[in-house]
Amino acid sequence: MQALLERNVVLLAIAVLITVSIGGIVQLIPLYTMESTIEKVDGVRPYSPLEQLGRNIYVREGCYLCHSQMIRPFRDEVERYGHYSLAAESMYDHPFQWGSKRTGPDLARVGGKYSNAWHTAHMINPRAVVPESIMPGYPFLAERELYTTDIAAHMEALRTVGVPYTDDQIANALADLHAQANPDVVDPEEMQARYPKAVAGVFDGDPKRITEMDALIAYLQVLGTMVDTKSYQLGPDGR
Amino acid sequence: MTSASLADTATPDAPNYHDNLIKLFVIASVFWGVAGFIAGDYIAWQLAFPSLNLDLEWTTFGRLRPLHTSAVIFAFGGNILLGTSFYIVQRTSRAPLFGGAGLGTFIFWGYQAFIVLAATGYLMGISQGKEYAEPEWYVDLWLTIVWVAYLVAFAGTLIKRKEPHIYVANWFFLAFILTIAMLHIVNNLAVPVSVTSAKSYIVWSGVQDAMTQWWYGHNAVGFFLTAGFLGMMYYFVPKQAERPVYSYRLSVIHFWAISFLYIWAGPHHLHYTALPDWVQTLGMTFSIMLWMPSWGGMINGLMTLSGAWHKLRTDPILRFMIASVGFYGMSTFEGPLMSIKVVNSLSHYTDWTIGHVHSGALGWNAFISFGAIYYLVPKLWKRERLYSLKLVNMHFWIATIGIVLYITSMWVSGIMQGLMWRAYDSLGFLQYSFIETVEAMKPYYIIRATGGLLFLSGALIMVYNLYKTAKGDLRDEAPIGGLNTTPAAAE
Repeated sequence: MQALLERNVVLLAIAVLITVSIGGIVQLIPLYTMESTIEKVDGVRPYSPLEQLGRNIYVREGCYLCHSQMIRPFRDEVERYGHYSLAAESMYDHPFQWGSKRTGPDLARVGGKYSNAWHTAHMINPRAVVPESIMPGYPFLAERELYTTDIAAHMEALRTVGVPYTDDQIANALADLHAQANPDVVDPEEMQARYPKAVAGVFDGDPKRITEMDALIAYLQVLGTMVDTKSYQLGPDGR
Repeated sequence: MTSASLADTATPDAPNYHDNLIKLFVIASVFWGVAGFIAGDYIAWQLAFPSLNLDLEWTTFGRLRPLHTSAVIFAFGGNILLGTSFYIVQRTSRAPLFGGAGLGTFIFWGYQAFIVLAATGYLMGISQGKEYAEPEWYVDLWLTIVWVAYLVAFAGTLIKRKEPHIYVANWFFLAFILTIAMLHIVNNLAVPVSVTSAKSYIVWSGVQDAMTQWWYGHNAVGFFLTAGFLGMMYYFVPKQAERPVYSYRLSVIHFWAISFLYIWAGPHHLHYTALPDWVQTLGMTFSIMLWMPSWGGMINGLMTLSGAWHKLRTDPILRFMIASVGFYGMSTFEGPLMSIKVVNSLSHYTDWTIGHVHSGALGWNAFISFGAIYYLVPKLWKRERLYSLKLVNMHFWIATIGIVLYITSMWVSGIMQGLMWRAYDSLGFLQYSFIETVEAMKPYYIIRATGGLLFLSGALIMVYNLYKTAKGDLRDEAPIGGLNTTPAAAE
């Protein structure tokens, strides 16, 4: 067999391709076909336009290189961060941001733990609120207006890859974005009907404009808050 | 067969190999290597002294870290892989490069364009947010085109070969090229926001994206940083030691075993996450099995020195190569250990992982590359020998001390941080706040960055030595290992 393969490039290439394909087929395909891969829980919804643009800033700045978003089912992690992470919580995450390193703490359930003012101060200069922090400062986020012009195109692209945005949500994307970041000017009620429990607020403390800081903090504040953990039932196999 | 084909490459009536192309790849590899080491050491210092982030968007850790990883893996490692594979496939096939200088030049400049497009994107904040697969869709498409051209040139040369057998190094290079193509395409499938937008959304989401990402990520290690570099080992170690490969049979077994088993190991990056348990357990099992073929490769590399061990005393180039195989053995033992779920529960998310990666990347990948570069430069520039073997020796020891500082400090900080996270006090409360564990890391971050600085210094010594060699200078120096260069008696 080997004697044949090492004399014929094409056969060798085919044999290699078959050999390296098997593991991936066995591990990947069932994850898409087995219904038990993602638990049935209540509360998880697609991100609001402001949250999604904030998430894009999180991805852009490489936050995942130092912060995980995946709480493991250990006593110390659950006490430190909250209920362990469920697969359903990242089902609308393109890409996933579970991370692989905790140079800083896990952020899977950071939403609602700190005030908007704390987040703004922390982003501008982390050492102003946590003296020992080694996180970079992101003062430029507060100074740059959020680019929102193509928000509908973003949501269309996300719908193409499987996020169930409705026509209504896409048509009102810009209005919803303003309602979430400026609730004193635009009533957030309609936005919250489309994105249940979405928190509205002047995230960066400056009502005059919507900055990248607004979007990023809106994203951080929703992290881990969507899922109703009481609706989560362990399966017969303990999962 | 192995010894025969190696000997044949030395025949004077060899065909006209495209060696100017190899020169370009060697220069590019050294250039990007130094750039990648500087970026890496800079971000290492940032972790100790955060003011080095400068509060500017282009210089934060989050943007420079992908710059570092891509520069060392895909630019330094990629260029030396492409260059050595073209050098080796021509000689072991006794055929000039398929497609000639034209295709070769396209592959070279196309690959450099990929690097520049990716790197400038990172600095400007264009990233798809997947580790080691950060380039956005347009860069991914461009790399796919270049990679297909690479496959055509490489496989075409093999088809045109004048040797009956395909040499073992080329099996590994072929597996590397094909598997990386498969991983790259599947992991990067994305829908751009518009044709004029740099931003895209990856088609996979959540748990499936996690599995796809680490199927890619772990096998970028398995096929880019392992199979490809084993191809280098299988040519340069026998050449430098002037001994045939230890065992042909072992090379067959460990080639197929590595190709089959590596692909399964990805889930060990996702232990105790929301990934279903059966996948995690499968990943752990195959990771442990992977230890054996990995050590098969190590044994085949080391035992090639049978009867030539004395050369390590006098030949610092061989020293680089053999140390690299030793580091390969060490990190492929540590890897399966860390893939065991209970060990991983401590090591995951900590610096232990970073230390593990660097014992492989600095010890194995960089050292075998340095060995290959020192071997190649006098031959490609048609010089009698390197400018100075003493400088090679100095490079070796400075870099080795740098690696030891790096990996030991990361073992200590990683294990310490893992233990601090899970420590409870006598009243049953968590003993340390997160920030206390960050504070405790500082001395180790300084030691690590110092190790990195040593490693970088060694590389700069290499640059000087290579420059003088290319210029044609020869340093007047006594041979290494004393004047008595002939071994007393083979033991």
